[in-house]
Amino acid sequence: MSGGYWLTIVEGSWLTLHLALGSMALAVALGLAGAGARLSPLRPLAWLGEAYATVIRGIPDLVMILLVYFGGQDLVNRAAALVGHEDYIDIDPFAAGVATLGFIFGAYLSETFRGAFLSIPKGQVEAGFAYGMSRWQVFRRILWPETVRLSIPGIANNWLVLIKSTALVSVLGLPDMMFHAKQAGDATRQPFTYLLLAGALYLAITSVSLLALRVIEKRFSLGVREVQL
Amino acid sequence: MILDFSVIWENLPQFLHGVGVTLQLLFVSLAVGFVWAVPLALMRVSGSPWLNLPVWFYTYVIRGTPMLVQLFLLYYGVAQFEAVRASLFWPWLSDATFCACLAFAINTSGYTAEIIAGCLKTTPPGEIEAARAAGMSRLQMYRRILLPSALRRALPQYSNEVVMMLHATSMASLVTLADITGVARTISAQYFLPFEAYLTAGAFYLVLTFLLLQLFKAAERRWLAHLRPQRR
Repeated sequence: MSGGYWLTIVEGSWLTLHLALGSMALAVALGLAGAGARLSPLRPLAWLGEAYATVIRGIPDLVMILLVYFGGQDLVNRAAALVGHEDYIDIDPFAAGVATLGFIFGAYLSETFRGAFLSIPKGQVEAGFAYGMSRWQVFRRILWPETVRLSIPGIANNWLVLIKSTALVSVLGLPDMMFHAKQAGDATRQPFTYLLLAGALYLAITSVSLLALRVIEKRFSLGVREVQL
Repeated sequence: MILDFSVIWENLPQFLHGVGVTLQLLFVSLAVGFVWAVPLALMRVSGSPWLNLPVWFYTYVIRGTPMLVQLFLLYYGVAQFEAVRASLFWPWLSDATFCACLAFAINTSGYTAEIIAGCLKTTPPGEIEAARAAGMSRLQMYRRILLPSALRRALPQYSNEVVMMLHATSMASLVTLADITGVARTISAQYFLPFEAYLTAGAFYLVLTFLLLQLFKAAERRWLAHLRPQRR
């Protein structure tokens, strides 16, 4: 394994992390919006949220990435040509990657948030009203913190899957860990060595995430008694 | 109208062929992965660390790295070694279909082993006590009580894994195979119609996902009937 190549893979891990963090932020926002829509009493809104969650979860990540990046670029340019725009419009692959992964995992997170919200005991809300809290106060003091606490296992799971899904974005030519590993392997005729290194780095990222998520879960469940079996 | 689906319509036979390739990849890897996962799960729940720890490590590594890395390691990676290229297995290991099936099978075996092990661990104690009281040996207990009970209770989680695997087979297109995604990539490049091609691929996957979920619902009605609330 010669010097320069393994360094490019380690550098690629920055892009992998940025990609994962950016997509996660977008996914949380979309997931909350999706869960809100699905729980809404407005029928069309609930229907829209349901369609979002169902359709996205039925299509592979790779196909979504290809559809948004190549298909989206193509569509934007066809539409632009229709209104008389002549220059070719390029979509930034990083933005396309974040948007696509965020959009996909938003659908999965909407399921997590919705489930968390629905599993809050009704008595807690009634207790809030009994104390004379307004609807907004009940939401801010009871429903919201409980939703966050109950969502953490689901968020943790999705984060781990998301990190692994970022590898697919290398298909768009984004220089992440996977991209550099493939390039280094091709250049040195030692694909196994470099792919193994990339695999080890992914494993390191998921392992550190697991430990961190365990601490966070403890922090948010301070007042909750564990069941002793 | 700026969309043009006539090309897709003309190439529908290719897409249908791609569906065949996708399903073949899916079923072969699921079957091999499942057969491999059952002994792994039994080792995983064993009290002996010599059996337990290696499987823990196996599933940890498989579940902690991207499937794309695993696939590329097998298809592009192992060719690095002279010994592999000189070996008896080279005709298989240089074949994209074989590598894809093997990589997918190894991947799903890691997830499936954990699912089955989880269900084995949550076997109601009464079932085990009853088996012991009836005088069954360990082997009989596993064969007649523990495994059938755990595999049934694993159905809902396993249906998720199967849908995940259906979606994962799309990566076969990255090692030159003409599955649904592979066909879409070819058509997209041939006619410069990426949006229509990938949208069609997405629609095919959506339908397949829906059908698989219906299949599992039927299976759950059949094999989990005893866990449903009774109506009289």
